[in-house]
Amino acid sequence: MNLGKILMTGSFLVAASATTTMAAECGITDGRLSIVGNEFPAIQTVARNAQACEGLGEAKANLTADHQKINLAGMQGNPAEYTTAIVANSSIVALINEDVLRPLDDLVAAFGQDIPKNQLITINGQVMAVAFMANAQHLVYRKDILEQIGMEPPTTYEGLLETAEKILAEGILEYPVGGAYMAGWNLAQEFVNMYIGHGGEFYEPGTAQVSINNEAGVATLEMLKALSEYMNPDYLTHDSNATSAEWEAGNVALMNMWGSRTGVLMDAEGSTPEVYENTMVGAPMTVAGGGTPASTLWWDGWTVAKNISDEDAEATFKAMKQGISPAILSPETMGEAVWMIDGYEPAPVNEGVFSAISMQTPPYPMLPHHGLLHTALGDNIADFLQGKESAQQALSDIEDAYMTAAREKGFIN
Amino acid sequence: MKHSAFFWFVLPSAVAMLLFIFFPIISVVVQSLHSAHEQVIIEVENCGPFGCTTATAIDQSATAALREDQPLGRFAGLEIYKDRNHLAVEQVGQIWSDSTGIGNFIDRLMNLPFYKAMGFTLTFTFVVTPLTIVLGFIVAVAVNSAAKAIRGPLIFFSLLPMMVTPLIGSLILFWMVDARGILGTALRWLADDPGLSVKADTGLMWIMLMVYGVWHSAPFAFIVYYAGLQTVNTDTLEAARIDGASRWQQIRHVVIPHLLPLTTFIALMQLMDNFRVFEPIVSFNASAHATSLSWAIYNDLGGETQQLSSAAATSVLTIIGVAILLSPVLIRTWRDYGKAA
Repeated sequence: MNLGKILMTGSFLVAASATTTMAAECGITDGRLSIVGNEFPAIQTVARNAQACEGLGEAKANLTADHQKINLAGMQGNPAEYTTAIVANSSIVALINEDVLRPLDDLVAAFGQDIPKNQLITINGQVMAVAFMANAQHLVYRKDILEQIGMEPPTTYEGLLETAEKILAEGILEYPVGGAYMAGWNLAQEFVNMYIGHGGEFYEPGTAQVSINNEAGVATLEMLKALSEYMNPDYLTHDSNATSAEWEAGNVALMNMWGSRTGVLMDAEGSTPEVYENTMVGAPMTVAGGGTPASTLWWDGWTVAKNISDEDAEATFKAMKQGISPAILSPETMGEAVWMIDGYEPAPVNEGVFSAISMQTPPYPMLPHHGLLHTALGDNIADFLQGKESAQQALSDIEDAYMTAAREKGFIN
Repeated sequence: MKHSAFFWFVLPSAVAMLLFIFFPIISVVVQSLHSAHEQVIIEVENCGPFGCTTATAIDQSATAALREDQPLGRFAGLEIYKDRNHLAVEQVGQIWSDSTGIGNFIDRLMNLPFYKAMGFTLTFTFVVTPLTIVLGFIVAVAVNSAAKAIRGPLIFFSLLPMMVTPLIGSLILFWMVDARGILGTALRWLADDPGLSVKADTGLMWIMLMVYGVWHSAPFAFIVYYAGLQTVNTDTLEAARIDGASRWQQIRHVVIPHLLPLTTFIALMQLMDNFRVFEPIVSFNASAHATSLSWAIYNDLGGETQQLSSAAATSVLTIIGVAILLSPVLIRTWRDYGKAA
């Protein structure tokens, strides 16, 4: 009797899990699909649906936070191990630099006429990727704490500092501000945001010659340091995951966080109602009276490898198109991202990214040499934040490290 | 042994070493002497969901021609070794002539990435290696004098730190010393300083990395010494005891001289291992406070734009560093045993 019940439940579970990735007819007769990409819910949804296509000779996905360490090597062989890489506007540059991506114009013409034009990423007139979601960093705040101190959610970083000071003064939280300030990529990203907010230009116009050792650069570093004073002293070891954990633990009331990660903060898992019910998103903040938000816009999209047969490329294209088709939208997947897919209905959790778009936040710079500057930033800002050197010294270190690397990579003579 | 027998005996390992050690090192050396082609940059218009922007991109057809011409890239000679991100020859000269004193010189030298990494790598190596040897020896002597019945479990527990995967081991310690972790809270209470955080302080971070280093590799020294202790001549020990030697005198005059060759062996292995310190820096997220040569290689390869030549140059410098470190021990070993053979 009981055994029968268990078996029944088991078969229901199997049936239920099968329906979430029902096999789909994608017009594929043969060919290989091998995905490499970052690991967060929206990308998992896309990969799962692409793999569900019928007729694929092989369908696999390698989704990992370390995707950018392996995607280039995995696409340089012939035939390439990965037939598609899911990338963002920064990581596509490394792949384009090494010429491992296949221009998609012919495939779009033959099989992708129904993909909306604004999803096509074109570089020098050639379609190189198909975007499926937008992302940006923006304010996340605790409604209850701001009500308690009687302040509105800040719209500028100066306002954020004032609000933090008030929270501290009233003794509500010890470290009211959070931020993904881990030395390396995350910290560099915060610099890029803040520098853009200050109206700074990274390079001398039209060249790869860096120029950040200026007033905007110093003001940027000063602001990052001012913010860090309100953070947990371990902030240089906190990446987005650790910062989210701090938030869910209720230790933080204000932070600049990725839109793609706010869903996790507002769901009932991993936190108490006091925290997740009061978690609200706001627009990206401006700084120093500037009109441009101190943030960057991002898209995530898929590409097709160059070093694969036409048959594999066609199968990959069709499968990935299925992976981002309106059919993948369901009540569960709807809130996972700001989808660029027909039929997508924005949820409150996505408002931050929409504000970022409507405030004309600039996209993250897509320049062939910018990755080198990002690395140099990540390695050299921490010394200043720890008070080991002056802002000018840190900026000059960044410039020197970048110029040396750029010379080695042939961007500068 | 006959020459032909010896030849066939070492052939498999010689081939493996040639294939997996020698050739890769040659390839790394060659890579480090070349830098990337001059990039042919064109102005392009990029369009996407957020509109169009004018940007630059690499001209792939022109680059393909360059690659065809020189598949290795431009020959750079020792330029990469001498640049700011490595030996920084020019910058060091500049700092030497500008600096106001030796303290100021070292201070500014430590601002250069290579010397900063060397500073930590050498400190780590020379603190952790002797401590590992001493601690391993003490544990070995202690276990050896324990009752036979409990020796098995004792050995097992003493070896645990070495069995734990380095990344996992350091992550465990990382969370324990967190300001809200058990060790972090204990330290705050001991120091009576509520703001104390190991992860926020460079000095404490260095100490924690070294504590981890000793914790992780002491079992290696322990097990080698423990094996050695089983071969100590009991007649000599007995004679010493009859002569009225204390326990300390027995260790000092019988055991330690007997274990000296093993100490050389452990020192060699540990110097090599510690010079390549890497995992704890990554899992402690310690790069803001401490960097090492291996970490620099990882950082060069892990960025969005891979810097292969830079990583290759650092690798060669690491090999040279290991060779320099080991040379005193190797020369000594050769003098002691090589000649006798």
